[in-house]
Amino acid sequence: MGRYILRRLISAIPVLLGISVIVFAIMAMIPGDPALAILGSYATPENVAELNRDLGLDKPLVQRYFVWLGNLLQGDLGRSFNLNRPVLDEVLERFNATLILAGTAFVLCSILGIAAGVMSAARQYGLADKAITFAVLLGISIPSFFLGMMMILIFAVNLRWFPVSGMWPIYGTRDIWALIDHLTMPALALSVVATGVIARLSRSAMLEVLRQDFIRTARSKGVHERGIVWRHALRAAMVSIIPVLGIQAGFVLSGAVYIERVFQWPGIGQMLVDAILRRDLLLVQGGVVFVAACYVLFNIIVDVAQSLLDPRIKT
Amino acid sequence: MMAFLKLLARNQLALAGLVVMALVVLLALITPLLPLADPNATNTPARFTEPFSDGALLGTDHLGRDLLSRLMWGTRLSLAVGFAAAVIAATIGAAIGIIAGYYGGRTDNVIMRVVDVLMAFPYILLALAIVAALGPGLMNALIAVAAVNIPFFARNIRGITVGIANKEFVDAARLAGLSNTKIILTEILPNVIPVIVIAMSTTIGWMILETAGLSFLGLGSQPPVADLGSMLGEARSALITNPHTSIVPGVMILIIVMAINLLGDGVRDALDPRLKSGALSRPLPATLVDRTRQPGGPADETALLHLSDLQTQFHVGARIFRAVGGVDLRIQPGECLGLIGESGSGKSVTALSIMGLVASPPGKITGGSVFYRGEDLIGAPYEKLRSLRGRRVAYIFQDPLATLHPLYTVGEQLIEAVRSHYNTPKDEARAHAIDLLKSVRIPNAEDRVDNYPHELSGGMRQRVGIAMALANDPDVIIADEPTTALDVTVQAQILTLLDDLRRERDVAILFITHDFGVVAQLCDRVAVMYAGRIVEQGTTDEILSHPAHPYTSRLMACVPELGGGQRRLEAIPGLPPVVDNLPEGCAFADRCNKARDACRQGDIPLDTLGQTRRVRCIDPETEEATA
Repeated sequence: MGRYILRRLISAIPVLLGISVIVFAIMAMIPGDPALAILGSYATPENVAELNRDLGLDKPLVQRYFVWLGNLLQGDLGRSFNLNRPVLDEVLERFNATLILAGTAFVLCSILGIAAGVMSAARQYGLADKAITFAVLLGISIPSFFLGMMMILIFAVNLRWFPVSGMWPIYGTRDIWALIDHLTMPALALSVVATGVIARLSRSAMLEVLRQDFIRTARSKGVHERGIVWRHALRAAMVSIIPVLGIQAGFVLSGAVYIERVFQWPGIGQMLVDAILRRDLLLVQGGVVFVAACYVLFNIIVDVAQSLLDPRIKT
Repeated sequence: MMAFLKLLARNQLALAGLVVMALVVLLALITPLLPLADPNATNTPARFTEPFSDGALLGTDHLGRDLLSRLMWGTRLSLAVGFAAAVIAATIGAAIGIIAGYYGGRTDNVIMRVVDVLMAFPYILLALAIVAALGPGLMNALIAVAAVNIPFFARNIRGITVGIANKEFVDAARLAGLSNTKIILTEILPNVIPVIVIAMSTTIGWMILETAGLSFLGLGSQPPVADLGSMLGEARSALITNPHTSIVPGVMILIIVMAINLLGDGVRDALDPRLKSGALSRPLPATLVDRTRQPGGPADETALLHLSDLQTQFHVGARIFRAVGGVDLRIQPGECLGLIGESGSGKSVTALSIMGLVASPPGKITGGSVFYRGEDLIGAPYEKLRSLRGRRVAYIFQDPLATLHPLYTVGEQLIEAVRSHYNTPKDEARAHAIDLLKSVRIPNAEDRVDNYPHELSGGMRQRVGIAMALANDPDVIIADEPTTALDVTVQAQILTLLDDLRRERDVAILFITHDFGVVAQLCDRVAVMYAGRIVEQGTTDEILSHPAHPYTSRLMACVPELGGGQRRLEAIPGLPPVVDNLPEGCAFADRCNKARDACRQGDIPLDTLGQTRRVRCIDPETEEATA
């Protein structure tokens, strides 16, 4: 197992390098003078020339990439000019908030999605199945940002169950209950689409498995129907569900950008959008590379989980 | 194509999606012709007018602009942008995919590595990076959304192309001296286009949603021009005071995406052959019972299992397959009864019907009874059946790789077999499992108990299957071709093992097979099955030496005998009848060389012949043989 994890980590290195090349290449595409873009139109020519030197922008592209990569590997993502602080500090702080939001949503959508899919398959064409199928269709069709706005309208403004926005109360203690209070609505809104997708996939994976011969064998042993569904069928179906969980984690992370905007959640998505509008390019570059790398690592975790679940995978 | 459209039309939800989508597209197309207010004309005094007021059907927004007009123009813009993004992504993605798939080798390798890296990004990060580089704006948002979807198309189309590029007609074109460009354009592309169109139709809703999302964030369309996303984004600040300005564009996006999803689901379902055949329906815990005919009976109290006039059918669409058409069998305690027949004769379905294990849908027990010690199990409550399954009546199935759960160790599966019926503590059950493995002569049972099925050989797996059947000391084991999937030497070992075990434990066996050799080695009595009915029954000796039914004798003539090399093997002409449309009279008549008119009239009963035999034939062969 240790060797398998090591092998997966090593195989991630070219992907991570590829990510760095692509992000660098996209940023190098910026038309005009990047230093001017960073400093804004009020910059003096001397300032621009100085920044160009600081950033190494007067050097050839390939050399610039390796300088940038070297700094990146040492944890130096540059400095945000708007915020006047190191990019890495800002990114870490914001990513923390996103991790809480997206992580909660991911746990929610995994549990709810699989449970809904299994129940739907277990009662195929029954009332519960039809209700779940309809809810899933609605869930995957509603834009998460619109759903979030409607939730604010109903549950925050009208029913006053939850605060309208933010991560912490402006006054009062920052304890776990305050966090849960603020987290509930955005996490739910963020999880809806992924829940729908996972429920759909779980349902069809379960139906596929329930027709297999080993299910008939389990029935012939006299295993309870509950055991058939949850122990035999779900365990086998998980083999095809887990990779989709990995993909959905990427969608949850992406959706967080919208949800953070709707609920004013101080996460990395908000940071990126603000940085783009303010042309704070180093912040964008650093944020994108950091999140993409985290996502690659997360997918390794998914692969390891898969190999733990399926003994047929050679580790 | 027509069939596809018909299928699509039968799916009412998909049809509803199609109608809604057509309506939205039509409205978007004719928007410039409609008598609408100027979408960008501000009228601040009349801001936030409520919907359904004079002059503004859907009210006005924060600048007093007419919402209906903005909605129509916004929809038009969103649809156009989404569609454009889909076309761009599909075109470029398909081009890349075709090149990678057609040329293969290094080109393919390099392209696919880049695609892999692009797909390693959470998609929105890439879109944000592109927008960051190009600057906010609807055109740039469109480019970003199209760009992040290119890898998806490239990967799909590459897969299809690889399949086509190795086909004979492409080789032929190459040999004919056509250039690569020409081959791609005339041979590959026409075959790939349907896939591109389908992939596009399923992603277009997604693209609309994504461009709307970027606009919502303020990175897409810039004021005063608005698509649905930026309408929603601008309305956000007035969400609490004037929710209608948010609800109007939001519901519109919902309607569009939902209609596209319904349509996409319909397309997918119409293309999936499994749905039509019912192969994706979930089998119920026990076979459905719908006894229109009287239950069989009376029960034979001395028999362990007594099948009386058992009938099982498969209902597929309008066709009804009578797989088991009234079977009578008796199994006495400790006896081994062979049930022999060609594939499709209904012998496995008979075996599965006993404990309600026929998959339903489409299976259904429509008549007769299965008496276990005099008690009718057909129509018995599920819990009754479950408590007998594996405890009193156990099964061994054909292919032990497919019939054991791949993700549990054999020990776990054996323990479960016991603990489904008894509250045995886990460690005790484990010890029992090891004993069971020893009793089926698996070496190193203490280690093997922790193996997964894929770690065992075929013969070992079948031994595990037998151990599982023995777990609760059943009265009868139903063995459904347990040796068919094994090679001959292993077959012999398994048969010997079964024979020994049944004598040691005094367990009855219903042995299903198509192999007379196996029957001769193991069974006390034999029943021959043809087209869902028993055609002959008797002791093994009688039947093997003097088959009475013409079918039995023809079947035996097909079996090669060791050392009997001089004999000509006589194949039976024709095929067994399809059981959804059985002829009247004897089902074998069409293949029988003794058939006469009387054979094709009325039901031919299973008559007794001598003391222990029964045969379903008006002209049995044994009379001559014994005479």
